[in-house]
Amino acid sequence: MSTPDLNVRNVARLARLALTDEEVTVFQGQLGRILEHIEHLKKLDVTGVEPTAHTSPVFNVIREDVPGESLDREVVLKNAPRSANKLVVVPKVIE
Amino acid sequence: MDLINLTLAQLQEGFRAGKFTPVDAIKAFEARIAQVDPQIQAFLSRDFDKALAAAETADISLPLGGLPIGIKDVINVLGESCTASSKLLQGYTSPYDATVISKLKAAGAIPYGRLNMDEFAMGSSTENSAYQVTRNPWDTSRIPGGSSGGSAAAVAALEVPATLGSDTGGSIRQPAALCGCVGLKPSYGRVSRYGLIAFASSLDQIGPFARTTRDCAMLLNAIAGRDKHDSTSLDLPAEDFTAGLGRDLKGVRLGIPKEYFVDGMDPRVRASVEAAIKQCANAGAELVDISLPHTEYAVSVYYIIATAEASANLARFDGVRYGRRASDPKDLLDMYQRTREEGFGSEVKRRIILGTYVLSSGYYDAYYLRAQKVRTLIRRDFEAAFEKVDAIICPTSPDLAFPIGERTSDPLRMYLADIFTIAANLAGICGLSVPCGTVEEGGKQLPVGLQFLGKSLDETRLLGIADAYEQISGWNNRTAAL
Repeated sequence: MSTPDLNVRNVARLARLALTDEEVTVFQGQLGRILEHIEHLKKLDVTGVEPTAHTSPVFNVIREDVPGESLDREVVLKNAPRSANKLVVVPKVIE
Repeated sequence: MDLINLTLAQLQEGFRAGKFTPVDAIKAFEARIAQVDPQIQAFLSRDFDKALAAAETADISLPLGGLPIGIKDVINVLGESCTASSKLLQGYTSPYDATVISKLKAAGAIPYGRLNMDEFAMGSSTENSAYQVTRNPWDTSRIPGGSSGGSAAAVAALEVPATLGSDTGGSIRQPAALCGCVGLKPSYGRVSRYGLIAFASSLDQIGPFARTTRDCAMLLNAIAGRDKHDSTSLDLPAEDFTAGLGRDLKGVRLGIPKEYFVDGMDPRVRASVEAAIKQCANAGAELVDISLPHTEYAVSVYYIIATAEASANLARFDGVRYGRRASDPKDLLDMYQRTREEGFGSEVKRRIILGTYVLSSGYYDAYYLRAQKVRTLIRRDFEAAFEKVDAIICPTSPDLAFPIGERTSDPLRMYLADIFTIAANLAGICGLSVPCGTVEEGGKQLPVGLQFLGKSLDETRLLGIADAYEQISGWNNRTAAL
């Protein structure tokens, strides 16, 4: 397999990225070469090998579900591009 | 005496002996920044008045009392800007301190300045910053390495005595090597990431840069430890990471991995590293030939896992709660797509697309799951090696600092240069880079880094070994001629 079937425009849509035509062309070539390089992983026999998701020896950390201190709402909302009535404002979602 | 030449330990000694004060120190470093940073471009911003006020009331009896520490622009400091060198976060002000920052402040340190980086820590040269190109203090036509290039350059240019960076695939060790300073990536779980803008959560660690291993140990003492805000941080007995310093290399078993001395690396880097290894042997270290047979797969595994995790982590940058939003969106989808198109740079987009692809339906098993399995093989390589040796000794980077612009159009070539640093993140072990020589190139001296890798949570021993090398090498006393 020379170039794996990566369709940059489709994947960009999944990732919520609006790319220009030029970006699509450049990324198609660059990512194609990167995916070709990655193909060598397929040579390895990984039968029976457990996957590693992370290297921490700790799993399933739990705590009591109790209310804690939160960040100050006004300070947090200062970072929002638009806010009103102590809420973040976004374009209309439901007609 | 010029205070900018002093290490953290020396500054602290001077404060406590009453020779000079934290106010003298912050003024000296600020004067240095004003003098050299127009050339180096390590700092995105800084607040001198705030730092001066902190210096005036500093408690020098604390472990880091009155010492200024530069901060990579990916770590939140209350009330300061934090952009990850991205346009997407332009104008964002941190509403809280990262845990490492509250710990530094509790230890009496003064976080000073926001340091430039590759956007969202994606890159090996700091050329992916949306704001400025940081220059290598040893040769300002060259890159400082990355992604924590500002953190490394600021220390190398004597603009601050120490800094914090983050390391996902080498982003502390590689720029430390290229700028001729010391950079430590702690083991996974050693340091809380709460308040670090996440890139790849199974790989990211925060760590220090300084001129000496001792200074890095002092900083690790301050920032390590369990944090209830980061469930991957480990609850371990308190440890003094300076406890292994001041020893020698007699009887220390150093592993030399044959896969880390390969064709294609700069022969001058190889010669420097081999000379350093010989020096360790002459000082009594026992050299052991080892093999890490899955090394050749590490870069591929990394660029699947890191981009997959990044594509999920960066989904939060959607124009809703913080940072930029595209103007006049016609609906929610248009707002997301255009905000991200306008806000992210090319490298970030490239990685989001790769990460989304390897996680997408029909490809997950072939790429992501397979990469996680090979990651297990890479971990086992290290576990087997550390049965036989106390630490691994190898180059940090196959290359010297390269000219600005040389590799920006060839991402695969840029990725392949991460070969010697990436496996440590995949395996969760600790590693650091120390200076081991310089090479003349175009009339300038360029630093070479020597990497020591230690088994998971073995930082005290690792720092001790690096410190012992430092004592016999003398390279840490050399600084860039600026």
